[in-house]
Amino acid sequence: MAFDAQAERNFKVVGTRVTRPDGIDKVTGKAAYGADVSAPGMLHGRILRSPHAHARIVSIDTSAAKALTGVKAVVTGTDLAQPEDEAFADVAINCLARDKVLYDGHAVAAVAATSKAIAKQAIRLIKVNYEKLPHVTDVDEAMKPDAPVVQEGRALETVPAGMSQNVTTHCQFGHGDLEAGFAKADKIIERSFKTAATHQGYIEPQACMASLGSDGRGEVWCCTQGQYMVRANCAAALGVEESQLRITASEIGGGFGGKTSTFIEPVALALSRKAGKPVKIVMTRDEVLKATGPTISTSMDIKIGMTKDGRITAARGELRYSGGAYPNATVDMGAQAAFAAYDLEAVETVGWNAMTNRPKEIPYRAPGAPTAIYAVESVVDELCQELGLDPLDVRLMNAARKGTRSSYGPTFNEIGLVATLEAAKAHPHYTAPLGPNQGRGLSCGFWFNFGGNTCVSLNINDDGTIGVVEGNPDIGGSRASISMMAAEELGVPYDKVRTVIADTSSLGFNDITDGSRVTFAVGLATIEAARAAIKEMCRRVAKIWDIDEEAVIWEDGCAKPAGPNAGTHPPMTLAEIAAIAGKTGGPIAGHHEVNADGAGVSFGVHLCDTEVDRETGAVKILRYTVFQDAGKAVHPDYVEGQMQGGAVQGIGWALNEEYIYGEDGRLQNAGFLDYRVPVASDLPPIETVILEIPNPGHPYGVRGVGETPIVPPLAAVSNAVSRAAGVRMTELPMSPPRLLKAMTG
Amino acid sequence: MKTIPVETTINGDSAEFLCHADESLLDVLRDRLGLTGAKEGCGTGDCGACSVMLNGRVVCSCLVLGVEAQGAEVETIEGMANGEELHPLQRIFLEEAALQCGVCTPGILVAAKALLEKNPDPTDTELRYWLAGNLCRCTGYDKIIKAVQTAAAEMRSA
Amino acid sequence: MRYVKPQSFEAAATLLHEEAGIARILAGGTDVLVQLKAEMVEPDLMVDLKHLPGMREIVAEDGGFRVGAAVSGAEMGEHAALKAMWPGVVEGVELIGSSQVQSRATMAGNLCTGSPAGDSVPAMVTAGAVARVQGPDGVRDVPVVDIPTGPGKNSLAKGEFITSILLPARPDTASDAYLRFIPRTEMDIAVSSAAVSLELDSDGVVTAAHVAVGAVAPTVLLVQDAGVALVGSKLDDAAIAGLVAAVEAACNPITDKRGTIEFRTKTAGVLAKRAAHIAYARAGGQA
Repeated sequence: MAFDAQAERNFKVVGTRVTRPDGIDKVTGKAAYGADVSAPGMLHGRILRSPHAHARIVSIDTSAAKALTGVKAVVTGTDLAQPEDEAFADVAINCLARDKVLYDGHAVAAVAATSKAIAKQAIRLIKVNYEKLPHVTDVDEAMKPDAPVVQEGRALETVPAGMSQNVTTHCQFGHGDLEAGFAKADKIIERSFKTAATHQGYIEPQACMASLGSDGRGEVWCCTQGQYMVRANCAAALGVEESQLRITASEIGGGFGGKTSTFIEPVALALSRKAGKPVKIVMTRDEVLKATGPTISTSMDIKIGMTKDGRITAARGELRYSGGAYPNATVDMGAQAAFAAYDLEAVETVGWNAMTNRPKEIPYRAPGAPTAIYAVESVVDELCQELGLDPLDVRLMNAARKGTRSSYGPTFNEIGLVATLEAAKAHPHYTAPLGPNQGRGLSCGFWFNFGGNTCVSLNINDDGTIGVVEGNPDIGGSRASISMMAAEELGVPYDKVRTVIADTSSLGFNDITDGSRVTFAVGLATIEAARAAIKEMCRRVAKIWDIDEEAVIWEDGCAKPAGPNAGTHPPMTLAEIAAIAGKTGGPIAGHHEVNADGAGVSFGVHLCDTEVDRETGAVKILRYTVFQDAGKAVHPDYVEGQMQGGAVQGIGWALNEEYIYGEDGRLQNAGFLDYRVPVASDLPPIETVILEIPNPGHPYGVRGVGETPIVPPLAAVSNAVSRAAGVRMTELPMSPPRLLKAMTG
Repeated sequence: MKTIPVETTINGDSAEFLCHADESLLDVLRDRLGLTGAKEGCGTGDCGACSVMLNGRVVCSCLVLGVEAQGAEVETIEGMANGEELHPLQRIFLEEAALQCGVCTPGILVAAKALLEKNPDPTDTELRYWLAGNLCRCTGYDKIIKAVQTAAAEMRSA
Repeated sequence: MRYVKPQSFEAAATLLHEEAGIARILAGGTDVLVQLKAEMVEPDLMVDLKHLPGMREIVAEDGGFRVGAAVSGAEMGEHAALKAMWPGVVEGVELIGSSQVQSRATMAGNLCTGSPAGDSVPAMVTAGAVARVQGPDGVRDVPVVDIPTGPGKNSLAKGEFITSILLPARPDTASDAYLRFIPRTEMDIAVSSAAVSLELDSDGVVTAAHVAVGAVAPTVLLVQDAGVALVGSKLDDAAIAGLVAAVEAACNPITDKRGTIEFRTKTAGVLAKRAAHIAYARAGGQA
């Protein structure tokens, strides 16, 4: 679907800052999240988890747990099906281990009991006999040929022979003559980087309530980024048909990619099937950190050549990612994103994924991109420092633009990088004076943005109001933006539209809420559904007026006679048409089903000022500004909110967040005390500048905005700290002990 | 384990419940009284999502025993609005888009209200430190701080 | 678990003394409830003492202040006279946890929990605070410095508990300060910490100095040599260098997820130096 070629569309609703429809419930405590519902006769589920990083399960004795009064069901891995599809099988085995436990926190068994206290007691009565195996948690160690093997036989054909069986993925992107490019450089810098795994850190732990009967019919209520994904995973893990499972997404207390998989729903369904009662499982924070999705840990080498006036002549990156105990494709995205901001003659990115005894990686906001771009932007910054060049000018000189052949293959269409860089250059932040021990860093960021499978149904109610039914959980205001686009297209006020999120039985398939796709793809489908309804309304009116269907146009919420018929009839409002729909052919609705294409990549630039304490290694963020191309900001408040929230997650990644494993392969900081997400007092205001370079792939020009903002902060903060400290930092997080050591030698 | 009868006041109304000695006030509110506005984000006092007022002070209800509510005054997010009239903080959080997913919002509103009752004109720094125990992962805090300040200004002029 | 609110201190001591299982005292609950949640401990008996006389009061005594064992950090922070006399002690207590935790956390609980990183302990130690301990055999006064004996351990006997802590009187030209290092600005456990308490003469010369450091040894340490280094000075460079050297020499930390031996040692010296300057300025001294 193409951008509406209207020179300057005069939006009436889109671009305003309306109040979100789910707001009252969320400020009064009424909104129902995953853990907020209960059912008559409900049991409480609880999961037993491995204390070992890697072990063979020799035996599991559940008899004592089963014998405890109040225990109604106990399940282990053998109670779940073994799907043939590898991706489904990985999810099932991650929900309940079968032969081996692959990481500290891997689920082994579960109970359902009449109270939380009994469930807790029952878990302790399960006896698991483990045979401990050697483990590996570091990506570089895991790639060594003699490393302990996490899983056998998982390598893709692209992986060369002779490597550790932990290496599952190999990818390569690029073009041009690297050797010739580096030969033209006046300065070449090659650096190695490491980054720790971080967690999405949503405040709401995973929670679900599930019921499954012996007839194979089931219901699940859960907090998820995709109810259809939950349905598919549960159907595969339980061996039931998708039509028999109805999944309802609760309000969702944050996801950031972390709720794009399934951990507890199949377990709750298996328990429910055995017990014959609904089962509720709510994860603890400790379980969330131990057993749900952290992102990748990485080790990376970047080499960039530059002429003395700032032109990049060649660039090469080698990325080694570990996404925990299962294969994944995150490094593909990292390798494609690494150099996306640059127009390069010679570039190559090579990626590897290696399995480690860590939890299964789950996407985290722009998965793969923040780390790769951190490494690239760090080297670009160091080159600017070494050559005495302005880092913004250098990025402008080398910036990808329309027509650039990207480092990962496709040629860019309209993109906003140059405009974003120019906005940063013109902003007072860029030239504000800095004091002693202070430094300014900047970084570009990039995300592909997804479109994907989408269904929307739009109903014209008989009172002239609008109901929109969509299938993607509202994770940060999307019901508002979807309602706004429906109102815009139909020419009715925003408050005439109500958007609801359908369960899996009420609407066709939708991809998960990921890839910054919802405002783009659901918005696009909503606009098309509205257009279908408009077409039908015009047809009905043509019938009433007894003129050709083509002679009726839709304007300002009314059908009007057009062309030779102009003025022959008074306009009919949507409400008037709706009121008599029964007499003109029945209810009026529009719907649209699409695998949306043309999401349009998104670029951002972040500026960060820091001050370092030379005696303690403490870093203070003094000022932070985010510049980003939103295509068209449907609801500017929530676009700014995405930019601010992403920036702060990236700041946390840069400074303090990390998975810390002990020698024993166990996670040492499974709580919000020592897994340190930024708190309010750590931060200055996060200033935002929205650029609007329309996306040719969307009728209103919308681009996804949710993910790009987590990409630049890692390098923006690292570059600021490196400049303030006078020493180049190459490892994240830059926790105070690490920075103090770098400064004092 | 035997349950213990507790008489308390919640949002101005008297309430009675039975609970076990080791049950947290949060579990009592959510599981026994159906007040699910307070959320459990961590259960260890590190996230503030379960914030409620106990005898006029903001606490993490996960770090209070249910039995300690005996004879106490408890206020939760469910008691903040007066019927259909939102508290200025609630209204301005909506108007200024100070929430995204909304799961930390009840705790933040309770904590912010507690501060403004004590200090009607906080600086941004005071406000940020006061709210440091309320984690928000969506917003980066910026719009929360601004919304509380808008509400504070409105409440001062009221 | 049984939950009991005894009618007197004596009854509480008897109850605790006679309990065959695991007993815990509920003051602010900010540690014990976390331990319950983490299943680190499953007490058989929880004794709530907050309602007993004096437990929630701050009263003037002999020119100083007696602080009840259930007085919260927030309540101490709101007590202007206490804060004026012992600003370092109060700022230490006020650094424990969030606003929510401040409504509940107590100085006595922070002391008895036995963490070497307890934020209220170093300044209590440099203040010469004395705990009043109730036991089955009656009441005794114990210097705060003698209470913690190691991580998670204290010197109180079975059946004993703290009912109040006395912060003694001090001259006008005296003050204290407490600083800790944490990776964020709030919500963390101290990686290292230091408290300094100083008394000055009318010329601003230090006449008495006490320095204590936290999170750098199994218990909070009173570093006598560090105090000695400051006495007789106006915190000139040599005195400060002596302070830092003494603090670093006294440190005996561990490397763990929160910090390294090297980092803890270095920052303890830095914090002691900075706290000394703050205490000095508060006491009216001009360098």
